Amino acid sequence: MHADLLQEARRQSEICNACRYCESYCAVFPAIHRERAFADADLTQLANLCHNCRNCYYACQYTAPHEFALNLPKILAELRQESWDDFAWPRGFARLFQRSGTAIALAAVVGLALMIWAARAIGPAGGEGFYAVLSHNAMVAIFAPAFLLPLASLGVSLRRYWRHVGGRPLTRADILAAFGSAARMRNLAGGHGDGCNFEDEDRFSQARRIAHQLVMYGFLLCFAATSVATVMHYAFAMPAPYPLLSLPKLFGITGGVMLAAGTGWMVALKLRADRALGDASAWGGEIGFVLLLGLVAVSGLALYALGQTAAMPGLLALHLGAVLAFFLLTPFTKMAHGFYRLAALLREAQSRR
Amino acid sequence: MSPLDRHPADHWDVAIIGGGNAGLCAAITAAEAGARVIVLETAPKPYRGGNSRHTRNFRCMHEGPLSVLVERYDEEEYLEDLLKVTGGRTDEGLARLAIRSSQACLPWMEAHGVRFQPSLSGTLSLARTNAFFMGGGKSLVNAYYRTAEGLGVEVCYEAGVTHLELEGGRITRVDVTQGGQSFSLTPRAVVVASGGFQADLDWLTRAWGPAAKNFLIRGTPYNRGVVLADLLAQGVESVGDPTQCHAVAIDGRAPKFDGGIVTRLDCVPFSIVVNRDAERFYDEGEDVWPKRYAIWGRLVAAQPDQVGHVIIDAKSLELFMPSVFPPIRGETLDELAGKMGLPADRLRATVAAFNAACGDTSAFHPTELDGVATTGIEPPKTNWARPIDTPPFYGYALRTGVTFTYLGLKVDARAQCCTASGPIENLWAAGETMAGSILGQGYLAGFGMTIGTVFGRIAGQEAAAHAR
Repeated sequence: MHADLLQEARRQSEICNACRYCESYCAVFPAIHRERAFADADLTQLANLCHNCRNCYYACQYTAPHEFALNLPKILAELRQESWDDFAWPRGFARLFQRSGTAIALAAVVGLALMIWAARAIGPAGGEGFYAVLSHNAMVAIFAPAFLLPLASLGVSLRRYWRHVGGRPLTRADILAAFGSAARMRNLAGGHGDGCNFEDEDRFSQARRIAHQLVMYGFLLCFAATSVATVMHYAFAMPAPYPLLSLPKLFGITGGVMLAAGTGWMVALKLRADRALGDASAWGGEIGFVLLLGLVAVSGLALYALGQTAAMPGLLALHLGAVLAFFLLTPFTKMAHGFYRLAALLREAQSRR
Repeated sequence: MSPLDRHPADHWDVAIIGGGNAGLCAAITAAEAGARVIVLETAPKPYRGGNSRHTRNFRCMHEGPLSVLVERYDEEEYLEDLLKVTGGRTDEGLARLAIRSSQACLPWMEAHGVRFQPSLSGTLSLARTNAFFMGGGKSLVNAYYRTAEGLGVEVCYEAGVTHLELEGGRITRVDVTQGGQSFSLTPRAVVVASGGFQADLDWLTRAWGPAAKNFLIRGTPYNRGVVLADLLAQGVESVGDPTQCHAVAIDGRAPKFDGGIVTRLDCVPFSIVVNRDAERFYDEGEDVWPKRYAIWGRLVAAQPDQVGHVIIDAKSLELFMPSVFPPIRGETLDELAGKMGLPADRLRATVAAFNAACGDTSAFHPTELDGVATTGIEPPKTNWARPIDTPPFYGYALRTGVTFTYLGLKVDARAQCCTASGPIENLWAAGETMAGSILGQGYLAGFGMTIGTVFGRIAGQEAAAHAR
């Protein structure tokens, strides 16, 4: 299907395996050095293990114009993108959204329209606050499937990935290693802790690592806010709105600010980075995804700030529309990378033992 | 706009010729001492850094654990290692200076952006003596360029120095061409750090003989010895054997230039090596490979067409580090011979004779001198002698790969150059271009970077002090 990409990744990996100068930068190189020959599944695993820090590219004595023309971050990015297309379920969706910021923007608009329609058609059904715009039950009816269906899709994809790379049953040690690596984004630390080469050629910086963690932890806090609120609603009969000094608000506002700052920073970094060191065809899709995530954060914060004003119903529709698009597209946008990356880190932890 | 256009000819205190490790160490040191420094690098930016791009470690004396280095490696042991490879062809004073200074260099390198990593897989033997650059030599070069530019050093790429005018015991003018334009600079001090002449194949052929035409150059195509030749022609004192170069046996399919580390082949001890006529010519199992790596460059250079052919069988395929090109493969020796352009009948006969000379192989041990030897065959194979009998068979072509040349500029302990009538007032040299003073023959892993760093820093210091 993408035999030429695999062949090129194999050629480059074999050269890296004969050189080994980059051994300490990240997890990819020790994984290369364990092999003598690279099966397709080995290359898929390497591609998903690579965090595109680019340190190896700038350190490489064999980049173009040298005839070996190594560009490992790029070929692994392309292969990674292809592998997500292959493992996606249903298949065609990933090909559509991973590479197109426009398609993501359209999805967000559709989400917004759907929310406006729902607000008009269903309405408050006697609720207060946000529920005066759209009833709690209607929100649940829309968002429960919008949350669970993508999870099912990701489940299928990850199962395909795990089988493809020959993963074994997980142990506690695998999980600790993989989550420990993701929690500190160890593979963007550069081996020496100076960070990676992203936004300014061979200068090491922590910018991308910090921006990524702002996005990741910001998102997790927002997700925690919603989860806590759900528990409070059902288990303790404490419906929204919540005061400032409550867990949903504390998590949500902190997370929202981190997410908004992180996505903005990430876009700025991506605009400065050299697109030729990644999969150029996915650039628009990546930017579109980051902007969508940023829209979720900013609209959520705006909703908090302007919740008592006449702008509230419109902002609520915008926020819920963005969240809906974000959830539904999770398996088919850059959001999926987090799940594949974790799988790759788990597999790597197994291979190291 | 090039800095050469932007500034008058006498703008710079110190001109550094060559932007590799030694030149950059000199540039950084001189700039930190307050000098206005320009680096004239003949390569375009992607190829900047000379042979330093291909290096991977720094041999460093240490009294105790230091950064990534374990245990202890003292001056006497270091010197002993050097004397072993040079056969005593070294200037002991300069050698001791390089060794002793190396200990302080490592923290200096870290302070100027270089990052080290523990010894790479497959190089455990160097864990105590050599500090490996994280990402290799190009990452070191990148870090030094960043540091130098941060200190205000101006860097000109594709700036080829064609002539240094030596007048009345000092350099009065530096002629440079860049982008088809000629410039003359009059810096107060000059540091030559532009390597050897190995990439000038005509010069190499004149020095070594016609066989050199078939050599591969493992490093940069930009070390053409232009400045070296220019200075020698003006009576600057030289050091080192003008006819010799350091050469190793590498994969015959490597590019003519710049193949670097990945073209090395470590399979010779587990093989038989034959020449164009499918005949063996040397004991393949004489010693462990790192100790015999270098002599095979000369052995292959002495064969017809300067080519050798390594033959192994399926038993040995995984006993050595993978190299950049997959081996040539044949289900039978005949098929392999056909693919490698060897006479099949003679290869069969050579292998049969070798196999018949093999004895008990039960003591075979790939990483130690195992004494598993042939009997009654010339040349013998004195270790790891197992019959070549398990298909498929694999082959690699071997060619001579030149690492560096020995001829260079003679310097004193202050890195200063001289003529027969005494020191040249404002000319210093560092790196490969003066390494022949210390490395009269042979090579010690990571020692080139030691010489470059130590003498680069000395030259930078001296040049800046002179300019003030």
